[in-house]
Amino acid sequence: MTDTVPPQPQTSADTPLEIGGRRFRSRLLVGTGKYRDNEQMARAIEASGADVVTVAVRRVDLDRTKEAGVLYHLPANRYFLLANTAGCYSADEAVRYARLAREAGFNEFIKLEVIGDKETLLPDTEGLLSATRTLVKEGFTVLAYTNDDLIAALRLEEAGCAAVMPLASPIGSGLGLLNPYSIRTIKSRLSVPVIVDAGVGTASDACLTMEQGVDGILMNTALAEASDPVLMAWAMRHAVEAGRAAWRAGRMPRRETAVPSSPTAGMLR
Amino acid sequence: MSPLSITLNGDVRDVPDPITLAGLLEHLGLDPRAVVVEHNRIIVRRPQLAETPVAEGDVIELVHFVGGG
Repeated sequence: MTDTVPPQPQTSADTPLEIGGRRFRSRLLVGTGKYRDNEQMARAIEASGADVVTVAVRRVDLDRTKEAGVLYHLPANRYFLLANTAGCYSADEAVRYARLAREAGFNEFIKLEVIGDKETLLPDTEGLLSATRTLVKEGFTVLAYTNDDLIAALRLEEAGCAAVMPLASPIGSGLGLLNPYSIRTIKSRLSVPVIVDAGVGTASDACLTMEQGVDGILMNTALAEASDPVLMAWAMRHAVEAGRAAWRAGRMPRRETAVPSSPTAGMLR
Repeated sequence: MSPLSITLNGDVRDVPDPITLAGLLEHLGLDPRAVVVEHNRIIVRRPQLAETPVAEGDVIELVHFVGGG
């Protein structure tokens, strides 16, 4: 799919996304799970323009050791691999997984997840704080997946997170941005980057999220479960850019009375 | 020599004796660059794999990156 959208006006170049001392051009981060196959995944990720891709840490399937793994399709010189601690329900478990992920040798970043409930996959704040403190001491750059509560976000920042990742809505739900006010509040109060993660469903969700002024957005299911993941990835790329530009452009105020757009003088009488 | 009984990725299985962790990866057809080895809850770095013998009753986890969100 070729890019048919003209480039942004040169008067207003955006700064790169900066996390933990590293810079990324794209503010769209994508997951690698749930795709039909690795080839489709690679094509969708390419279309998304993402620089950062998340991966999970799991046991090797000893009956299928001859199959090319996910990394084969994600060259390390093109993509920044952000390992996650998906599936971890305690701080100890998340720390164990983070250490294993770092040993794979790509970087010291970790997308920290400590889940508190199997049905909603909502995060366990206490577990996140405990794991963050341990991992920060060990030199990790911690990006913490959290809920949309300001206090949790502030505590995670205080504990040393390099970025905070509040959810838009539950993982895999596709419900979009449920609480724009909370996300705007978090962004206005934190110093570290705020990257909305989880729950994005379609392009308008991504655009609306970026219009809140956040630094980036992470999505997985929105692409992998679209009927055409490659086309959706292209849509998301542009939605993220449009939302970001709209925020930087400074929107007009909302009003509850009308103001005409055409002059009132010079009407025929 | 009789095989060693270890727990590997959660399952009890026999492996040849003697064998190092590096040898175990080769025995399983795994590339050491693509796998992280946890040996009795301790991560063993790649350079040490060939120097670390596997013992009876060891609990070994072999992990790698997979697709995820």
